Amino acid sequence: MKAAITGTGMSDIGRNTGRPAMLHLADAADRALARAGLTLADIDGICTYPGKADNSPGMSPLGTGEVRNALGLQTCWHAAVPDGPAQMAPIMVAAMAVMTGQARHVLCFRALTESSSQSAGRRASIPGAGRAEIGGWLSWLVPVGAMSAANWAGWMATRYFHEFGMTREHLGMVALGERQFAQMNPAAVMQKPLTMDDYLAARMISTPLGLFDCDIPIDGAAVVIVSAADAAQDCRMPPLRIEALGSALRSQETWDQRADLTTMGAHDAAIDLWSRTAFKPGDVDVLGLYDGFSIFVPLWLEALGFCGHGEAKDFIAEGQIGPGGRFPVNTGGGQMSGGRLHGFGLLHETCLQLWGDAGARQVAGAKTGVCAMGGGFIAGAMLLHRD
Amino acid sequence: MRPLPELTPENTAFWTGGAQSKLMIAFCGACDKAIHPPQVICPACQSRDVSPREVAGSGTVYSYTVNHQPWLPDMAVPFAIAVVDVDDAPGVRVTAPVTGCAPEAVMIGQRMHIAFEPSGEVWLPLWTPLEGAAA
Ligand SMILES: [Zn+2]
Repeated sequence: MKAAITGTGMSDIGRNTGRPAMLHLADAADRALARAGLTLADIDGICTYPGKADNSPGMSPLGTGEVRNALGLQTCWHAAVPDGPAQMAPIMVAAMAVMTGQARHVLCFRALTESSSQSAGRRASIPGAGRAEIGGWLSWLVPVGAMSAANWAGWMATRYFHEFGMTREHLGMVALGERQFAQMNPAAVMQKPLTMDDYLAARMISTPLGLFDCDIPIDGAAVVIVSAADAAQDCRMPPLRIEALGSALRSQETWDQRADLTTMGAHDAAIDLWSRTAFKPGDVDVLGLYDGFSIFVPLWLEALGFCGHGEAKDFIAEGQIGPGGRFPVNTGGGQMSGGRLHGFGLLHETCLQLWGDAGARQVAGAKTGVCAMGGGFIAGAMLLHRD
Repeated sequence: MRPLPELTPENTAFWTGGAQSKLMIAFCGACDKAIHPPQVICPACQSRDVSPREVAGSGTVYSYTVNHQPWLPDMAVPFAIAVVDVDDAPGVRVTAPVTGCAPEAVMIGQRMHIAFEPSGEVWLPLWTPLEGAAA
């Protein structure tokens, strides 16, 4: 593909920061531009997920219009993508935009103020809360009491445990590994040690998922700059070539009807990804896998072929994905210890690793990374390579 | 308050069948495919001849979760939510809260029967264990 990531940046994310979303966004943009060696004048495209939305407090306070206004951008191309291959959709369509000549450098962003919004007394991220009626796929979940994605992920985990003998301790290893990485990342919001006893003793959210199986609402923003391949050559950092994208979806838009709920849309997207490249899972040095809930990590590992179906519990228990493992996952602490930037934080961290910029948690010589976003029927995957 | 489903021509039979204690599932008149969530076109053969049909109202638990988090101020917890493979409707699952047993007693493979509770214009489904029935 003739598109590359040339810069990424993240604001000082935190809990209940009280800062306006736009200041987080502007900080993330400054940092991404500095890393790329670009200025705002070079940015001629802008894209985001999902676009300005107020159906869930602080979930998406900024649209492309406000950001264009605030940053004084004059763009050739803009889009917001609420309905695409997961939170990766804006990166994907930005790549298509630069490859079709619509823009040269696209600023892709994700901004959230969920922590401040929830602290201000508005409820957690419950779709449709406060409305009298709800339509679409959510109407088969929310009215019957399955109000949270924790419930939907919960019944997927219950089935997976039943079929393959996974236990809470296996998911605990995912959470503990992410916390160990977080302790090597000053930008991660959770820095205290987490023990298996802490994990198992935490209050239950939706069985078998407890508090530490869930990601953490934060305030913050991340920016990813997607550039045309020729334009990327002028940038400060080595371009991270987008080697392949995977977006396939072969089941319905539901969280309960997929024939095998020990698989997800992830499995369709991952097959699609590998069909478009000569790279193989064994070529990958570092992974950023969506961890809105811990169970998504083993499902993505299997989807992407790092282990077979039903084998993720052993793969995790062998230490393959934690610090020092052969396939380190979510080295910045992930969303469960780093904070929920809806996949953009995971992609930022994957890029830092490929640039050799990941500090104490750097994976030596990392050149190839896979990043995957989404859960349930929502999935998008990307393979990045530094030539 | 928890939001209720928006009624549409294709989903009204499902959400109001409870008035007659009937579990109504959409079927294709041309190829007999069970279609859920209901829609106006059969995804298998593209026939527009889709209509709701009463099924037995029983099924087998495919999976479940016990929700402990009060997502809304008036939400009583814990409660179990079951994802149930519906008898006589291949490939169709109906997800609903479980009533009639302790949340921790719900199991994969458990046999269930549908019940309904009215709420506004609709009848929300509930699953209740079929006594003495094994998987
Ligand atoms: Zn048909």
